[in-house]
Amino acid sequence: MSARRIFTRPARLAAILPYLWMVLFFLVPFGFVLKISLSQTAIAQPPYLPVFDPTQGFAAIKAALAELSLDNFRLLVSDNLYVFSYSRSLVVAVVSTSILLVIGYPIAYGMARLPRRWQGIAMMLVIVPFWTSFLIRIYAWINILQHDGLLNKILLALHLVSTPVVWLSTDSAMYLGIVYSYLPFMILPLYATLAKMDPALLEAAGDLGASPRQAFWVVTFPLSLPGVAAGALLCFIPIMGEFVIPDLLAGSNSLMIGQTLWLEFFTNKDWPVASAVAVVLLVLLVGPLVLYDRLQRRELEGSG
Amino acid sequence: MAEKFSKLEAGADAADVPLLRIDAVAKKFGGIRAVDRLSLDIRAGEFFALLGPSGCGKTTLLRMLAGFETPDEGRILLGGKDIAQVLPHQRPINMMFQNYALFPHLTVRDNIAFGLKRAGLSRSQINTRVAEMVGLVKLEGLEQRKPDQISGGQKQRVALARSLARRPKVLLLDEPLAALDKKLRESTQAELMELQRRLGMTFIIVTHDQEEAMTVASRIGVMDAGRLEQVATPRELYEAPISRWIAEFVGDVNLFEGQVESREAGRLAVSTRVAGTIMVAEPHQPISKTVVAVAIRPEKVKLSRRAPVPDEGNAHSINRLEGIVTDVSYLGGITTYKVKLDSGAVVRSSMANTARIDLDAYNASQRVVAWFTPDDCVVLEQ
Repeated sequence: MSARRIFTRPARLAAILPYLWMVLFFLVPFGFVLKISLSQTAIAQPPYLPVFDPTQGFAAIKAALAELSLDNFRLLVSDNLYVFSYSRSLVVAVVSTSILLVIGYPIAYGMARLPRRWQGIAMMLVIVPFWTSFLIRIYAWINILQHDGLLNKILLALHLVSTPVVWLSTDSAMYLGIVYSYLPFMILPLYATLAKMDPALLEAAGDLGASPRQAFWVVTFPLSLPGVAAGALLCFIPIMGEFVIPDLLAGSNSLMIGQTLWLEFFTNKDWPVASAVAVVLLVLLVGPLVLYDRLQRRELEGSG
Repeated sequence: MAEKFSKLEAGADAADVPLLRIDAVAKKFGGIRAVDRLSLDIRAGEFFALLGPSGCGKTTLLRMLAGFETPDEGRILLGGKDIAQVLPHQRPINMMFQNYALFPHLTVRDNIAFGLKRAGLSRSQINTRVAEMVGLVKLEGLEQRKPDQISGGQKQRVALARSLARRPKVLLLDEPLAALDKKLRESTQAELMELQRRLGMTFIIVTHDQEEAMTVASRIGVMDAGRLEQVATPRELYEAPISRWIAEFVGDVNLFEGQVESREAGRLAVSTRVAGTIMVAEPHQPISKTVVAVAIRPEKVKLSRRAPVPDEGNAHSINRLEGIVTDVSYLGGITTYKVKLDSGAVVRSSMANTARIDLDAYNASQRVVAWFTPDDCVVLEQ
């Protein structure tokens, strides 16, 4: 309501841009995917039916519309493969996010308590891995984890193991890869929340009889919850759909939903089922997104 | 409510033993002595003010009392026990923070109850004490609000209630009123004094506002460069400053440098370069130096059109300085004048506007006599 008064006409036009962007690059492609998910696979170009052809007139479009069905979605529910993939993605995302939180929180906390001039350097150190391509970093891990890789060499040299350990193609390797890749996404929002906290609050807690440990749990942690939520969602959502890391580091006996989608699309050439998988994944992720949005709004209201 | 508030346990201590003894305490920050071997005794039930310019070490001293800083040297004795190394959460001292440091995620009630929960009080005890505190600082009806839903003045009350709730032996107040506007600050000063008197608690306030220190405190310690320059009652501090620095820091003052010429009958004759010879009452502490400064507060300097007639046989007892009024500032209650002496020096005078219509008021460029008695002057050696 007040936005109308505050913003001039050009400013209001500028506000339309993000919406335009969303419509062009999210809603329209999603419309395509949704349409394909309701189609049937076919040996054709494109590999599904029906195809809307506006040149054939209204009746043809009406006929094509009648051919759309929910069969692919029924398949997703009836075939255990998909249910397993979704559940595995969910488990991997929950476990990884928990590990990330346990590792990321102390790091962010430590960074926020560094002297000011060291904080920038610490921040750089967190961001620096981004300067190398993500794929190269994952391949580097393959090198480290393989049979005669660096990790096994060190373990053998220290006589901690007598024969090389199988690391690659295990869940441990996958979790390692995920936690390694997503750690900055957990640390940065946590650090942002912790760094802006007034140190006088901790002094006040101490002054009022709270030991440093109590002060952390009754003051620092509750006040950092918006950061925890931001970090967790920033990690959880992309991990749910993660494809590269499980494909390169995990075994092939159980697939995450991203891998299943890839299989359907590229190996089985079943675009409609792949699209249905994508639509369901999106719907599953919109839940947490809405939650995230609400949390953010609450924080905004709280601080305003 | 306040009647139920028990008197301080420390009140039972022997009267001549100070509640708090700061003994040669020093604290360095990066080579700079923020507090420089400072000693100070504070008695139970005192309202003590630490006054000084910013960076004088008063906040560092307060933080050492609270336990947020550890002294490099010296002892801090509370009721005879050295607490210099005791952690903040184990001290029976509470602090009201400059920006209140209220917990933003807790309600007013939970903020006040915070210290009580940590002390392990039962739920019913906490409820009783919180209700008592809410009544004491008049916050009824706001218990369920969050700190960002109340005004600055209300936050200040919550902070006060929170720091009083544990019934500390000493309450530290770090610039508690700095964030309030002038009117609210004045009424809150009065409430603070009233509260301190009713509770009989020991308050130590840190402030850079000398008017505030003089209003609320029974004793003031003026700090500069990590040291206490003077510890005195507000009146002593103003009327008998021990150094030029104090005289200039606390209130306005006219200073004339000069040399002691002679002393007779309890009077010193100080010959000054810019104001001739000034007769001054001899101080209790004998003067050791000959180069001194004479300090006169502006309100002690009276103006008249003619020189006042001296008392019989006391011809030299009134100091007269002739000059021209250069500046008149009407401030409501008082008017301040600047008088330029023939030597070029400026003397400031302030006079109360006791009558609504003053036909006798002085105007700029008018020739006047500024006069004051020897008893109105203070001789300062440093």
